[in-house]
Amino acid sequence: MSDTIIKEQIFKPENIVYKKTDLMTDNVLSYCPGCGHGTAHRILMEVIDEMGLQSKTIGIAPVGCSVLAYEFMNVDMQQAAHGRAPALATAIKRLLPDKTVFSYQGDGDLAAIGTAETIHACNRGENFTVIFVNNGIYGMTGGQMAPTTLEGMKSSTSPYGRDSQTMGHPLKMTELVAQLPGTYYVTRQAVHTPAAVRKAKKAIRKAIELQQQKVGMTFVEVVSNCNSGWKMTPVDSNKWMVENMFPFYPLGDIKVDGKLVKEV
Amino acid sequence: MGKELRLMKGNEAFAEAVIRDGADGYFGYPITPQSEVMEYLMVEKPYEKTGMVVLQAESEVAAINMLYGGAGCGKKVLTSSSSPGMSLMHEGISYLAGSELPCIIMDAMRGGPGLGTIQPGQADYFQVTKGGGHGDYRLIVLAPASVQEMYDFVEISFDLAFKYRNPVIVLTDGAIGQMMEKVYIGEQKVRLTEEEIKEKYPWATLGKTPDRERNIITSLDLDPYRHERHNIKLQKKYKEIEKNEVRYEELNCDDADYIIVAYGTSARISQKAMDIAREKGIKVGIFRPISLWPFPKKALRQLSERVKGILAVEMSAGQMVEDIRMHSVETTPVEHYGRMGGVIPTPNEIVDIIENTFVKS
Amino acid sequence: MAKVKGDIIVDIEKCKGCEVCIDACPTHTIAMSEQVNGKGYHFMQNVHDACTGCTNCAIVCPDGVITVYRIKV
Repeated sequence: MSDTIIKEQIFKPENIVYKKTDLMTDNVLSYCPGCGHGTAHRILMEVIDEMGLQSKTIGIAPVGCSVLAYEFMNVDMQQAAHGRAPALATAIKRLLPDKTVFSYQGDGDLAAIGTAETIHACNRGENFTVIFVNNGIYGMTGGQMAPTTLEGMKSSTSPYGRDSQTMGHPLKMTELVAQLPGTYYVTRQAVHTPAAVRKAKKAIRKAIELQQQKVGMTFVEVVSNCNSGWKMTPVDSNKWMVENMFPFYPLGDIKVDGKLVKEV
Repeated sequence: MGKELRLMKGNEAFAEAVIRDGADGYFGYPITPQSEVMEYLMVEKPYEKTGMVVLQAESEVAAINMLYGGAGCGKKVLTSSSSPGMSLMHEGISYLAGSELPCIIMDAMRGGPGLGTIQPGQADYFQVTKGGGHGDYRLIVLAPASVQEMYDFVEISFDLAFKYRNPVIVLTDGAIGQMMEKVYIGEQKVRLTEEEIKEKYPWATLGKTPDRERNIITSLDLDPYRHERHNIKLQKKYKEIEKNEVRYEELNCDDADYIIVAYGTSARISQKAMDIAREKGIKVGIFRPISLWPFPKKALRQLSERVKGILAVEMSAGQMVEDIRMHSVETTPVEHYGRMGGVIPTPNEIVDIIENTFVKS
Repeated sequence: MAKVKGDIIVDIEKCKGCEVCIDACPTHTIAMSEQVNGKGYHFMQNVHDACTGCTNCAIVCPDGVITVYRIKV
């Protein structure tokens, strides 16, 4: 069989095994090349799509690189003030308990300015899902130190490396919220390899499924890269992430079925 | 006006009106002197009667952003606070205004600045009528002067909020919130269903259905020209509000030589001052702005043309007086009398000022 | 044993040339092009015939630019 015949045979709609979900719009993503945000967006939308929840979903975009998430996710969305996404999501879910509600937040948004909103929404056991993308830096404002920046890690506001004596320690928000009685499922994932993406998607699916059961907060951290902020190529930044971020932010479930499955 | 008569505190009347008007959600944070609002709602359990949500937030910042979330879904939502809490809320209020979301924020003003005092004040006038947060926006501001108005202004405020997709401030103070008066209670309204909300407010984020594009609630637009057009649209809306929604009350203004301009608690005290002055033969009238924004500038200007003097009475160092001066004829003197830090002026103090400033000179 | 044959279509103009997909391909069938797209990015492409349609490249692509096809031959 010649190649041309195979090509003619293969490019038929019935042979598609993977294509971008329609729940991602056709807008060009505003993220830097290789940024994990795009993948995190896509698997979240794939889950909403596969579960047939588009008409019931309301998402909250944060402030930060993903402030324009509503340009890319083809669901009803609201854009929150910096850090306040969990407050918006709380009200929406309380007022519309049968909707699927998620907040999509970065580490500056969720772990610095929005710490109070995050912790209290988790502690009240609000029935929505938090997608927390942690790349250890303020990406959109130009690579400043975030609460999650690793010790010794350079950023534009810690140009000689984060000194925990004067700049504080990196904050493990996910371990922190896992200890609160209001959280039901807390996990840390990544999206740098196909295997990691598949796992992360499963975790998001589980979170959204649990949300339908109204069992409490479901919280999915996605450790991601920021090649622009870290000043590396996308491929190198993924390697750096594996070598440096994962030891401090280890992947895997932290709380399952309301019980800690890992020492925190 | 309703038929059922009750004796209630201003804060309680406000809370009862919220339930009766079919509100969907109250999100608040305790602060004196308005904590009775949430306390009353928690006792009344409207979530069992009408399905209304009542939630104590972790801060005023969270509460105002809960309003954003709820209002974005086309729900009737509100909060109440007092001056220091209002300062915290103004970030969220700017976002609400920018995203054109309807809601009610009740401010029971207390003396400031800073933590100030828990006694009544009127020094948030600038904050709520001139902006408060960042950006070019306006808030509709209504100032009740009785417990009945605390009740009645809830329905009016929700109607205005949804008519113009804009936050409405009910600007009151500790005195009116805490005082007890008789109040007529209206009928219980039914809350809107999701279908009704979809029909009435097609912009609401209730889930993207195949028949429409996704709804987005945002105050962000990185294209400056498009964002300018958004601002122009907002300004047009504010002009419309200024044209249609001016509210004020005149008392004995027809034959008055001197006018007291006051709102809320100050207006009540000024009424007594007016009575004392009239007994002394001084013809005093009262002009009470009810909508502080839009300010009743036309009516005030006309009035200023035929009186000999205007006295602004406020529990502040003089905030509304700036608007009064701006909208009075230059030939009529405008003076200000205010007490600060939680002190309430007495009627006799006001009469003395009128006598000494206007009558004797 | 049934053999599978895969192929991909790349939305070249949306590819940002991040190369994250390259490592993800188990059969090393994709590579960056010498050419650039309208935005100046080298884009990824299928360079030889070993594609099995495993979808790895598409799954890991942050910009969702890859559509994967597969048939049994």
